[in-house]
Amino acid sequence: MPTIKLTRPKLNVGEKIYFGALIKGFFLTMMHAVKSLRGKSYGAEGLASSGLGVTMQFPEQRWDDHMPEYYRGAPTLVTDEQGRERCVSCQLCEFICPPKAIKIIPSEIPSDDKWAKVEKRPFEFDIDMTRCIYCGMCEEVCPEQAIYLRKDYLITGTSRAEMVHDKKKLYEIGGVRVGLVNKWNELK
Amino acid sequence: MPEVVTATLIDLAIIITKIVAFTFMVVLPLVPLSVYFERRFSAIIQDRVGPNRVGIPLTLFGAKKDFHLFGLVQPIADGLKLFLKEDFTPDHVRKAFYWLAPVLTVVPALITVCVVPFGPDVTLFGRTEKLVIADLDVGPLFIFAISSLTVYGITLAGWSSNSKFPFIGGVRSTAQMISYEICLGLSVIPVLLYFGDLNLNNIVQEQADNGWLLLPFWTDGKLSLPSLQTTLFMIPAFIAFIIFTVSIFAETNRMPFDLPECETELVGGYHTEYSSMKFAMFFMGEYAAMVIGSALIITLFLGGWSAGFGFDEAIANFSIGDFRIGGFIHVGIFLTKLLVFILFFILVRWTVPRFRYDQLMKLGWVIFFEAALINVFLAALIIAAPGMASTITVIGLILLAVVTAAIIWVAKVSEPPAKVLRA
Ligand code: SF4
Ligand code: SF4
Repeated sequence: MPTIKLTRPKLNVGEKIYFGALIKGFFLTMMHAVKSLRGKSYGAEGLASSGLGVTMQFPEQRWDDHMPEYYRGAPTLVTDEQGRERCVSCQLCEFICPPKAIKIIPSEIPSDDKWAKVEKRPFEFDIDMTRCIYCGMCEEVCPEQAIYLRKDYLITGTSRAEMVHDKKKLYEIGGVRVGLVNKWNELK
Repeated sequence: MPEVVTATLIDLAIIITKIVAFTFMVVLPLVPLSVYFERRFSAIIQDRVGPNRVGIPLTLFGAKKDFHLFGLVQPIADGLKLFLKEDFTPDHVRKAFYWLAPVLTVVPALITVCVVPFGPDVTLFGRTEKLVIADLDVGPLFIFAISSLTVYGITLAGWSSNSKFPFIGGVRSTAQMISYEICLGLSVIPVLLYFGDLNLNNIVQEQADNGWLLLPFWTDGKLSLPSLQTTLFMIPAFIAFIIFTVSIFAETNRMPFDLPECETELVGGYHTEYSSMKFAMFFMGEYAAMVIGSALIITLFLGGWSAGFGFDEAIANFSIGDFRIGGFIHVGIFLTKLLVFILFFILVRWTVPRFRYDQLMKLGWVIFFEAALINVFLAALIIAAPGMASTITVIGLILLAVVTAAIIWVAKVSEPPAKVLRA
């Protein structure tokens, strides 16, 4: 391999004195400051800035409208269009969940129930949101398409217990999901 | 009570009032204020928002809306947080010095407040008082002497922490402060030669009458063009200003010379092992030093409390009844200048990247030290020229040129040749 000899580039006197560069730097930072105060920073529009820099200021401004389709928020359980809970408590999600955030206690569906044919549903279904890492594995693994990561990102609580979403809460956030699987539909 | 005792008591009361007013009600509040400005200004430079929420929490008392005050209360919240944090003393430190170090960084900075002139004299209740705590005749020397004690705090912190990062920080800071102390001292000599006075208050008064050192456009309170000598003196004055300002940056460990605590290399430098209020003391000492440094620069070069352009006489004599209180307006002018200069400090911090350590030392010893020396010579020549025979002046000029050329030549020769890099 040929050896290439490089020397440091020679600086001229102006560059050596350094003050020119300093003053240029002051202009640069001041330009940023002025632009940022006027809400004209580079990229401010695309980021829906609050008019100061490029920052969106949270409680007043929400990024809900700017959220991408693939956003992964809180994992939730969903019911189908007939009000049936889709989860059959196969516990696949419980086993795949990397931080072990999901805890399921399965139960049988009594034979006089409308959906007796499904056989199982969760008795309890807890997701510990202090553990969940929003990886979406549960959604991917679920054979019944019963668990979905919704766009809710404001999961707050004042105690650990409050941060555990139980079955009721999960269905409340999840809501109804139509379409997709139809294999338990009586009409089929 | 005998007359003498009463007089002494009144004097004492006045001194204490001044100390409380200037140190604890002017300079100390400036510290959190400059922290706030630091955070807000840097945020704005970097297209962010910065702390803009903490204000008066009226909602706590049942009101509808909080009063956010642009986040001005943030430093108080920060201070409270630091106060309530666990004050952790690691096991491996040398306790006595570890406790002493933070104090040693704050106290010198606050002591130097006492010679900073905040304004001219005011007359209240028939007494004329100068708006300076101690009207010393050796102002700048006192400031240099006391403020260089700060280095003990930092060195002790580095040594007593007994771990590597603080130690390196402490050593760096010692070397840096000692090097720049020399430039600092040498660079003000032209200024002191020019004024022929070491009393900061007199220096400012002189500037109020005859034009600021860097802006000498009035004499005896009337706008006029400066004389030839004053015009010529602006050259050494400007060089002195640059060297002095840069040295103050180095002395206060501010960017671009914050090598004793640079986060990227030394975690936190000399205060790595400190937490809670002890850390806050270092922080406070640093910002107090910055405030005092700015105050000194303003006092020496930019007219201190004077408004300039011949307005000072009128402002100083402004009075309500028997109270000549124009001095307080001057305090306001001084504080405004101070804030502007602090903003400049902050702008520099967020503009100029950090120097390498060898560059820092080279700048101090090879460039500023020599430049300051030549500057003293030049200033002396300009001041002495009218009283000397012109031949002596010319000889002096030639000597100056020769010495300058020689120094530049030596600096050039001693520079290591450019390294060949291999690709
Ligand atoms: S949510 Fe899906 S994967 Fe989890 S137990 Fe229910 S059906 Fe199985
Ligand atoms: S998103 Fe990931 S971490 Fe959260 S519950 Fe589902 S599998 Fe577990």
